[in-house]
Amino acid sequence: MPTFRIIAAAAVSLTVGSASIAQTPAPAQPQESEDGQLVVDVTGGQRAALPIAVPYMPTPAATDTAAGGTEALGRQVAQIVATDLGNSGLFTPIGPGGLPNVSFDQVQAPNYGAFSSTGAQNLVQGFVQANPNGSLTVGCYLYDVAAQNQLTRAGYVVQPRDWRRAAHRCADSIYSRLTGEGAYFDTRIVYVSETGPARRRVKRLAIMDYDGANHRFLTNGQYTVLTPRFAPDQRTIVFMTYQGNRQPRVMVYEVETGRVRPLVEQPHMTFAPRYSPDSSRIIFSMAINGNTDIYTIPVGGGTPTRLTNTAGIDTGGSFSPDGRRIVFESDRSGNQQLYVMNADGSNQRRISFGGGGYATPVWSPRGDLIAFTRTGSFQIGVMSPEGSGTRILTRGVYAEGPSWAPNGRAVMFTRGASQGQLWYVDVASGALRRVQTPLGGSDPAWSPLRSN
Amino acid sequence: MKMRMTSIAAIALALSLTAGCATRRAERPIDPPTETEVTPNDGLGNDGSQEGGPGSRADFLRSVPADRVFFELDSYSIDGEDRATLDAQAAWLQRYPNVRVTIEGHADERGTREYNLGLGDRRANAARDYLQSRGVSPDRMTVISWGKERPQNPASNEEAWAQNRRAVTVVPQ
Repeated sequence: MPTFRIIAAAAVSLTVGSASIAQTPAPAQPQESEDGQLVVDVTGGQRAALPIAVPYMPTPAATDTAAGGTEALGRQVAQIVATDLGNSGLFTPIGPGGLPNVSFDQVQAPNYGAFSSTGAQNLVQGFVQANPNGSLTVGCYLYDVAAQNQLTRAGYVVQPRDWRRAAHRCADSIYSRLTGEGAYFDTRIVYVSETGPARRRVKRLAIMDYDGANHRFLTNGQYTVLTPRFAPDQRTIVFMTYQGNRQPRVMVYEVETGRVRPLVEQPHMTFAPRYSPDSSRIIFSMAINGNTDIYTIPVGGGTPTRLTNTAGIDTGGSFSPDGRRIVFESDRSGNQQLYVMNADGSNQRRISFGGGGYATPVWSPRGDLIAFTRTGSFQIGVMSPEGSGTRILTRGVYAEGPSWAPNGRAVMFTRGASQGQLWYVDVASGALRRVQTPLGGSDPAWSPLRSN
Repeated sequence: MKMRMTSIAAIALALSLTAGCATRRAERPIDPPTETEVTPNDGLGNDGSQEGGPGSRADFLRSVPADRVFFELDSYSIDGEDRATLDAQAAWLQRYPNVRVTIEGHADERGTREYNLGLGDRRANAARDYLQSRGVSPDRMTVISWGKERPQNPASNEEAWAQNRRAVTVVPQ
């Protein structure tokens, strides 16, 4: 009962705490954190990663929960926080193994001296506590080791099955506090799981946490599925499927009900779907008699509005975050290049001019960059919406199909032509990371931040 | 113990409970349709049993120089060799006016997935348009694009790519 009252009381402070994170401004880059410790230079490439200590998180009382004991959970949460931060390439995590033990009483009163010798500039501490109602509270604190002060703190009450989310949210709060960027660890990936020989590849829709945990299949592989995307409001997932004798077409999957319905009624192939930022419309391509053009339609259905009208293959439409413009690819010039148009299809103008071709443009959620696949060499790159500042983010291996993290700072894509793998790159640090999947993987789509 | 509870209280009070009762949306698996599919299009061309009488797939394969035509990189134009192949296919189809065919359009792996869907559609339509020009009713022909999803040859070399850039006329078994 005392704990129950604690949670109720703590809930009162919720608005203050969350506001301090939510209102963290996202200033133009390059920018420097208030502490002057980390410079995120999005266009300039790699900078030294920030050393940050993440010791194991203690528990006030060792308790068995549906997700295991709170002592073990405290170790696992610290490991996830360290891995998340390290994955961004902007931090060099120290620990949790090999660091001094942190007692529960020290969580809010760090032994700074014990960590300054590790070279860490920042320190993450926290705890895992089982609540009488079966939920878990994960506390998360960030300290400046040299200045010996607290930079941010947050607490997350979750059901035991969601314990990893609490760890990701802790890492998100630290990432945001130290970089000034939006968060992206508490997210999921919907993608196409692949198995079998190339000629008879079985492709299933699958969903998992951004780090590969909590993996599950959404379809059984009876029908080939391609190019799933999350709705920004997370209520639906849109994808393309081959089903029986029908033309392959875009389907809308309602997450809560499990219902699947075709996006359009027309008996033509539809593909390359993407949502508008407000989740109200879907932009897609439709092929009629060998000619592909771009259309939009309300998510709930209706009459498609045609936006392009050329003899070329116009596809890969992606809205700007304000919904007013669309970037797409077209081979109307002779090979695949990127174009920008107004949301009503007017004012179409080419923005890419390099050799080899450009495809699969995706507008960053921040609006500042467009990610693309460079055809020919199959590399992932970014450019400004005006077509300037082209930068290639991958090297060597065949890559295709970028998808932005919700903070617009990381891009996930398929790597490898035959047996695909999922990789992502932090645009600021250039760090490349692989997401482990049970089978091959392709067409990843990053979800919005789940806690939004 | 009392001391400990007090410190928990202090910590919890200081915390910002942002996750709380975050909504949890359980994804339900997408159920496969229950309707029976008759000879579903699987992108595998005329694979399968090669036996049958007049008007069958086997008869078609015996009667024409090839069930497919090939394309240059990023092209969908029908050349002289393709015309000879399609002329023979059209002649066979005229002999068996009740046979309906599917024309599969395919691309090699060197295009992006979505573009290749459009390219496969172009190629299948190019073959269909030619067959139509040789007297085959469009009502008897369905086109479908498989993009780069069903390579004939999974290798990554010029020979394989050339085999994969194709439009295949598929006759029911």
